[in-house]
Amino acid sequence: MTAEIWSQVWQFTPTLLWAMLINVQLLLALIALGLVTGVVVALIEVYSPRPLAALALAYEWFFRGVPELVLLFLFYFGLTQMGMDISPFFAAVLALGFRSSGYQSQIFRGAIQSVPPGQLMAAHSLGMGTMKTIRYVILPQALRLSIPPWSNEFSAVFKDTTLAYGIGVVEIVRQARYISVRNFPLTLPVFILVAFMFLVLTYLGNWGLGRLEQRLHVPGLETHAKRGEAREL
Amino acid sequence: MNSDSADHLLRVEDVHKRYGREEVLRGVSFTMERADTKVIIGASGTGKSTLLRCINKLTDPDQGRVWLENQEITGRRAPVNRIRSQMGFVFQDFNLFTHLPALDNVRIGPQRVKGIRRREATTLAQEALATVGLKEKAQSYPAQLSGGQQQRVAIARALAMSPKLMLFDEPTSALDPELIGEVLEVMVKLAKEGMTMLVVSHEMGFARTVADEIIFMEGGVILEQAPPESMFRNPQHKRTGEFLRKISDLYGESE
Ligand SMILES: Nc1ncnc2c1ncn2[C@@H]1O[C@H](COP(=O)(O)OP(=O)(O)OP(=O)(O)O)[C@@H](O)[C@H]1O
Ligand SMILES: [Mg+2]
Repeated sequence: MTAEIWSQVWQFTPTLLWAMLINVQLLLALIALGLVTGVVVALIEVYSPRPLAALALAYEWFFRGVPELVLLFLFYFGLTQMGMDISPFFAAVLALGFRSSGYQSQIFRGAIQSVPPGQLMAAHSLGMGTMKTIRYVILPQALRLSIPPWSNEFSAVFKDTTLAYGIGVVEIVRQARYISVRNFPLTLPVFILVAFMFLVLTYLGNWGLGRLEQRLHVPGLETHAKRGEAREL
Repeated sequence: MNSDSADHLLRVEDVHKRYGREEVLRGVSFTMERADTKVIIGASGTGKSTLLRCINKLTDPDQGRVWLENQEITGRRAPVNRIRSQMGFVFQDFNLFTHLPALDNVRIGPQRVKGIRRREATTLAQEALATVGLKEKAQSYPAQLSGGQQQRVAIARALAMSPKLMLFDEPTSALDPELIGEVLEVMVKLAKEGMTMLVVSHEMGFARTVADEIIFMEGGVILEQAPPESMFRNPQHKRTGEFLRKISDLYGESE
């Protein structure tokens, strides 16, 4: 590849960066949806009576079992067919967000279960009800313990945002396709550039999460994490 | 409400608890008055922990009733959390909240359960830590404290709620021998200051120093209940005498 070609690619870099911003927005929206839903599903699985817990497990099973593209089509074309006016972006947030919640709930479930039961008894003995116990004792520990496995999920769903291509979201892969279709010789360098952008951003994301983990580190909490992970395996 | 029970600080009436086929508690009744200290002893598996947990309903008794003053915690619509907040519970293995420094462990009850403002809750927590001699450890996490220090923080955590009654379930039996003294010292001080305490413990030195009565449990019932000296000198049941001799051999008589 000549310098000529790379200088042409350089011209398209801003366009690609703008498109990458869509992926980042998609990532933030879907991972937030997945986080909130995942925590709720995990809490239901661990603490609710049987029928409700079974329902949560079924939810997890569905969103982990159906391929991402099928979910995207279900949420976009399905909802559109049902008469809902839904944008491809929003459909992608829902489909990928709920899917991620199925994976995140499993992370949180393990972490929640690794909080020693004695601490729950202690919280109850102080007069804390279930909600206060969850808020002040369980989640602060479980969420900290979840950061390392959560980083993996973060990287995975970041890459999955490119699947929104399939329902017409103009994210980075679609934008790269537009460019390469019009300038065929640029196909390879453009996709190399896209790959490079993902590598850099994933690295930065994981670095940031690593920093967060360090900042929230509490002496003595890591031992539970190891126990929790061992139980998961 | 029961006018009768208002006279006692704690009234436990005919408590039964069954786990599967095993009836762990088979009708336990006793009362405690304000500033009483009672020590429960008995062989492993006789239901001492179960009894203590039935009193603050960490375990649901199958049958029987428990009153703290005139509040029945076993009532169908009892405000369980409010009654629990008036009873401190100290566990064998401390159960401090791992993610919180000592001060926050102690402050969380007043602040989050009683809704006391942060600044006042902090003052309460500092006072409670001072009572157990750990003011300077306020910022240490549980993992940075010795077992004895952790148990003292756990006592402070219970104390900060200004409980009417403190329940202790073998508070020193998870500790290395050299750390037992510092915890017992705190407990003796509390008893002498008039705290009402129900303590499962085989530390006979402690029992002799501060207990008004020793409760000997066997097979899910109270077999005998008497002040320490009379129980040692003149046990009413052969089993009581045997058990006392056994734990004296086992634990010694350290004051
Ligand atoms: N949650 C539970 N589920 C099933 N069985 C239990 C439970 N808790 C206690 N038990 C059983 O009840 C019996 C009494 O237990 P408990 O812990 O009250 O005895 P204890 O007098 O405190 O003994 P120790 O001196 O060993 O602490 C034991 O046989 C125990 O196995
Ligand atoms: Mg016990």
